[in-house]
Amino acid sequence: MTEVLDLPSLQPVLPELILLVGAMALLMLGVFSGERATVAVSWLAILLLVAAGVLIALQPPERLTAFYGSFVVDGYGRFLKILALAGSAVVILMSLEFLGRPDRRRFEYPVLILLSTTGMMMLISAADLIALYLGFELMSLALYVIAAIDRDNVRSTEAGLKYFVLGALSSGMLLYGCSLIYGFTGTVSFAGIAKASATGSIGLTFGLVFLFAGFCFKVSAVPFHMWTPDVYEGAPTPVTTFFAAAPKVAGIAIFVRASIAAFPGIETQWQQIVVFVSIASMALGAFAAIGQTNIKRLMAYSSIGHMGYALIGLAAGTADGVQGVLVYMAIYVAMTLGTFACILAMRRADGAVERISDLAGLARTKPAMAFFLAMMLFSLAGVPPLAGFFAKFYVFLAAVKAGLYTLAVLGVVISVIGAYYYLAIVKIMYFDEPAEGFVPMRLELKAVLAVTGLFIILFAIYPGPLVDAAAAAAKSLF
Amino acid sequence: MASWPILSVTTFLPLVGALFIMLMGGEDAAVKRNARWVALWVTIITLGVSLLLAWRFDPFTAEFQFVEKRPWLAGTITYHMGVDGISLPFVILTTALMPLCILASWRTIETRVKEYMIAFLVLETLMVGTFCALDLVLFYLFFEGGLIPMFLIIGVWGGPRRVYASFKFFLYTLLGSVLMLLAIAAMYGQAGTTDIPTLMRGTLPLGLQKWAWLAFFASFAVKMPMWPVHTWLPDAHVEAPTAGSVILAAILLKMGGYGFLRFSLPMFPAASADFAPLVFTLSVVAIVYTSLVALVQEDMKKLIAYSSVAHMGFVTMGIFAATTQGVAGGIFQMVSHGIVSGALFLCVGVVYDRMHTREIAAYGGLVNRMPLYAAVFMVFTLANVGLPGTSGFIGEFLSLIGTFKVNTSVATFAALGLIGSAAYALWLYRKVIFGVIEKPSLAAIRDLGPREMLIFAPLVILTILFGIYPKPVLDMSAASVTALLENYHHALGALDGAKSAALGF
Repeated sequence: MTEVLDLPSLQPVLPELILLVGAMALLMLGVFSGERATVAVSWLAILLLVAAGVLIALQPPERLTAFYGSFVVDGYGRFLKILALAGSAVVILMSLEFLGRPDRRRFEYPVLILLSTTGMMMLISAADLIALYLGFELMSLALYVIAAIDRDNVRSTEAGLKYFVLGALSSGMLLYGCSLIYGFTGTVSFAGIAKASATGSIGLTFGLVFLFAGFCFKVSAVPFHMWTPDVYEGAPTPVTTFFAAAPKVAGIAIFVRASIAAFPGIETQWQQIVVFVSIASMALGAFAAIGQTNIKRLMAYSSIGHMGYALIGLAAGTADGVQGVLVYMAIYVAMTLGTFACILAMRRADGAVERISDLAGLARTKPAMAFFLAMMLFSLAGVPPLAGFFAKFYVFLAAVKAGLYTLAVLGVVISVIGAYYYLAIVKIMYFDEPAEGFVPMRLELKAVLAVTGLFIILFAIYPGPLVDAAAAAAKSLF
Repeated sequence: MASWPILSVTTFLPLVGALFIMLMGGEDAAVKRNARWVALWVTIITLGVSLLLAWRFDPFTAEFQFVEKRPWLAGTITYHMGVDGISLPFVILTTALMPLCILASWRTIETRVKEYMIAFLVLETLMVGTFCALDLVLFYLFFEGGLIPMFLIIGVWGGPRRVYASFKFFLYTLLGSVLMLLAIAAMYGQAGTTDIPTLMRGTLPLGLQKWAWLAFFASFAVKMPMWPVHTWLPDAHVEAPTAGSVILAAILLKMGGYGFLRFSLPMFPAASADFAPLVFTLSVVAIVYTSLVALVQEDMKKLIAYSSVAHMGFVTMGIFAATTQGVAGGIFQMVSHGIVSGALFLCVGVVYDRMHTREIAAYGGLVNRMPLYAAVFMVFTLANVGLPGTSGFIGEFLSLIGTFKVNTSVATFAALGLIGSAAYALWLYRKVIFGVIEKPSLAAIRDLGPREMLIFAPLVILTILFGIYPKPVLDMSAASVTALLENYHHALGALDGAKSAALGF
């Protein structure tokens, strides 16, 4: 018997395939049954994401590759994929109210989230520059459209357009960087680049800089953060939630994997860049957030700052550092989803509100929501014993171990400045006189808030599983 | 040793109470009443458990007792609890003052009672945990976690400038503490453990010791507070509700002193010896300068707050003298100050509840209407001055002797500062209590009620008891203090030996 066609084993990409095929099928379902299928499509999309997550969790623990090594499934990838899938699934859940409104029944929304998530999975598993770019674009193109999903709204379409134009620019830079790297090393695979770049060259460093510019854009790190506040503010709130959670995970994932796997030879070069980006992001996030009055804009600056903290772990460049990044991202996603559940619940009889002052006296009108939101904010500020503290602790631990004292000292000092604006929101909720109350919170938002809130509060009691899983995942990268 | 985890019970019992109150529902008035009673009973039971702790405590060993150790954070960072003679007095001080604080808030807090009681109970858990933790990360968790409830207590139930005061308190303390966190990370990197008993052997390299000492100092000096980073304290004290001020003065400030004893001296002996002159200077400045500042205050709480800074100066001075008397005096002074300053804030609270002003000028001649109050206030004023026969005397005297052996001029200046303390305390007493009642608003003021007498009685008894018979506190800590100083001087001696060996002698 002769083999006619040598098909590569598709087993490692099974979760991605399921998502992709599922997305197509749901698209068909939506097209043929129209807008009334939106809610059904949403639930099916959640189901698909959960199924993909379960499959990933069941994958054998060793390192698998597909497509001749350009797609790699390892512990590191699995950890982040599950995180991204969870983020996406929860976001769809939180969007149900938005999608339920008669003028907003867009079945494309869950489908686009599925496609974007597939892109993220591709990105997380990318082991060469081509796969990286494919994942990047699949994720981003879907994101551009989702930003403008509320197409009769000027702010939403503006956000989509702005994101698209700037995103296209960053993709261009990324691609240019890739081509430089290919030109100077003669290969696109990370392993090959690592071998060829053992000594480093000026051209390679140039390529690296452009590559990093693209990454920074995606994770909204300074100096490529400008789009973030506008897009966060303009996009519908469920979309903002999505932007703040899963794509950040994927962006950080590839940032770390590419740096560690492809450029170990020029670590001193990229370490400088990451240190600068990290400090600048933390500082901008802390200072620019102080003057904000819109809570979504504030969260945009907050997320810029948090990416700065996560990158501290990468700057360390060690397994400890990567473990720190993973712990940070997991806790960051939980905090972000919880906080946005509260922002989505900021709704009065005449519609949603987004000013921070609308939260005034929430502790008296809605004590439970105020309590959980306050815990989220303290956690974002990194105050123990909440989870946010452990996130910061691990990255700082790695930075100090790696001898990055200046970065660590600046990081903690800036975290105190950053604490100010989180405290200012707590102050408005607890110390001020009540404003008009909100309408009751929807069940799914309550559930998300309760789960993430309890996770944040109780993490300190039993941190072992997450920390150990992150440690194992980080090891698989080295 | 004990078959049940007695330390964890002491620590987390208030938290359980807080959860219970949180889940309470029903009518507003009933919830208020129940929250108060639950909080009171929980704090009393906690006190009972902690007294059991003291009863079972073996004062003849410097080892940590009632030790609990469980795996917690990946590998080497464990949930490790235990007390020795240095921490146990503070645990009991905390649990003993809490019921009094709840009682003091019984009538004065009328809004959001449920949240108030929850905040206090959570705070108690975090404070007790701070003194029991035997792992640096665990310690930091408790130490910093206390900021959240205190921030809310000042901000929600505080005075007119509460927002400013609460922010200042939070950010000041946080800034000090994050530097300590980095030092913890560095020590973890160096020693591979954050276990306090292991690190207390003081074997860290000299360079790291210095930096880590400075970082810990940043945190504890703010908490203590030492001049010149004390400015958050008067604001926080003035704006906090009475019970908040009591906790702040009696317990939270002691965490700084406790930190010096638990970390700075044993873990960084060489750095402590090197930086001792700095601490002496700051302490003397604090004693003399803040006493003078206290003299010109117009607000009663602010005056007592500045006096706290001055008294804490004695504590730091005594601790860094590193003599048996100095350290024992420092511990005793902290316990005594916990009782006395807490009581003084309660005294201010009594008249504030009646007149709603803390201005000294608004009072005068209270002795005519409130003889009991005048007597109670006198006991604590004199204890604050350090009159022999009160607990304040023992602490100040011991720390002065201890320092005198090491540095005569520092002790001399500090002793001169005592005159200032007598001046402002007596001045305050004369202004408020003596004279004739001239203000019409004071004509109908009531003397202490039964609830208030119940609060003050144990404090008066303890102040005088410890003044005459300080043995219980001193004995409890003696073995630990001796061991601490032995290790300290041993480490310094080893270092000197190494230095002279390096020089070729």
